[in-house]
Amino acid sequence: MAKIIVVTSGKGGVGKTTSSAAIGAGLALRGYKTVVIDFDVGLRNLDMIMGCERRVVFDFINVIQGDAKLKQALIKDKRLENLFVLPTSQTRDKDALTIEGVEQVLNELKEEFDYIVCDSPAGIERGAHLAMYFADEAIVVTNPEVSSVRDSDRVLGLLQSKTRHAEEGVEVKTHLLLTRYDKERVARGEMLNVEDVLEILAIPLIGIIPESQTVLKASNIGMPVVLDDKSAAGKAYEDAVARLDGEERDMRYEGEEKPGFFQRLLGKTG
Amino acid sequence: MFSFSLRPRRNKSAETAKERLQILLAHERADGESPDYLPMLQKEILEVVQRHLSVSQDHVEVKIDREKDISALEINIEIPGPSSLKVKAGA
Repeated sequence: MAKIIVVTSGKGGVGKTTSSAAIGAGLALRGYKTVVIDFDVGLRNLDMIMGCERRVVFDFINVIQGDAKLKQALIKDKRLENLFVLPTSQTRDKDALTIEGVEQVLNELKEEFDYIVCDSPAGIERGAHLAMYFADEAIVVTNPEVSSVRDSDRVLGLLQSKTRHAEEGVEVKTHLLLTRYDKERVARGEMLNVEDVLEILAIPLIGIIPESQTVLKASNIGMPVVLDDKSAAGKAYEDAVARLDGEERDMRYEGEEKPGFFQRLLGKTG
Repeated sequence: MFSFSLRPRRNKSAETAKERLQILLAHERADGESPDYLPMLQKEILEVVQRHLSVSQDHVEVKIDREKDISALEINIEIPGPSSLKVKAGA
């Protein structure tokens, strides 16, 4: 039975799309047939992050409106056999998403896929609501920063009240994914640490993604960061996906793999 | 320490990023706010083909590859073979 996972956060810019791409690719690497869906109608970006932007023909909205078959809109990843992207429309607005349409597409995808990863738009409006509505599990992407933690708390409330599971009295399984974590700044007391965030949000931690140059590099070239298995961020996503798949793994707090220029300089002189 | 420059040399990935954006945005700006033409194109092609052959939307595969100077649009229409037509006729 396919599992529907929403990657959400409330706040924008915390790493939802990067995480959706990495988690989708990570699941595909583990052998699961996975599709990642972009719910950010009008501001399509998942295609860019996954490197298939030049191959988009039809989109999620075309399928909902009957202008294309689902099979025609799915884009197969060029690197991973099991990975597919369902892009959204760049020209329509969010009202083109309907609850019935989304349900119908998800039901059809469930027949064929093991995992359906829903990349939510920022905010708590229609797109975000529909991205989470049918989810079995949620990954709440949070930065160690006050506004992000606050928005995550709000989203956690919505997950347990405004989703189909919630309406049926079933709890949506939630996971905290802490991103852009800077170990050095935490050590200097400038950034909330893992324990602080966990104490406030009180949901299980699925991974800590270090602030890393690799993430920008991966976006630049359109490659899910998990495929860079040498990088700390790539490894951290790989660990998170393994935990999502039920594996027990120790939490690593790795920082950037290479010390910066000034750090190296200080290290030499100090 | 004094070799620090305000304009660091671009690494390769930034160049890739710029090129990808230039290609994509050129296409998006050219398309403007007009509705997606591909669904309409598919519908019309299918209508023409259906005048002569029995095919459905399921048999159509549309692929596009947007490049800098030229884009390739590939439309594959699977035409049911004579054996499947026989089955249909017999049913």
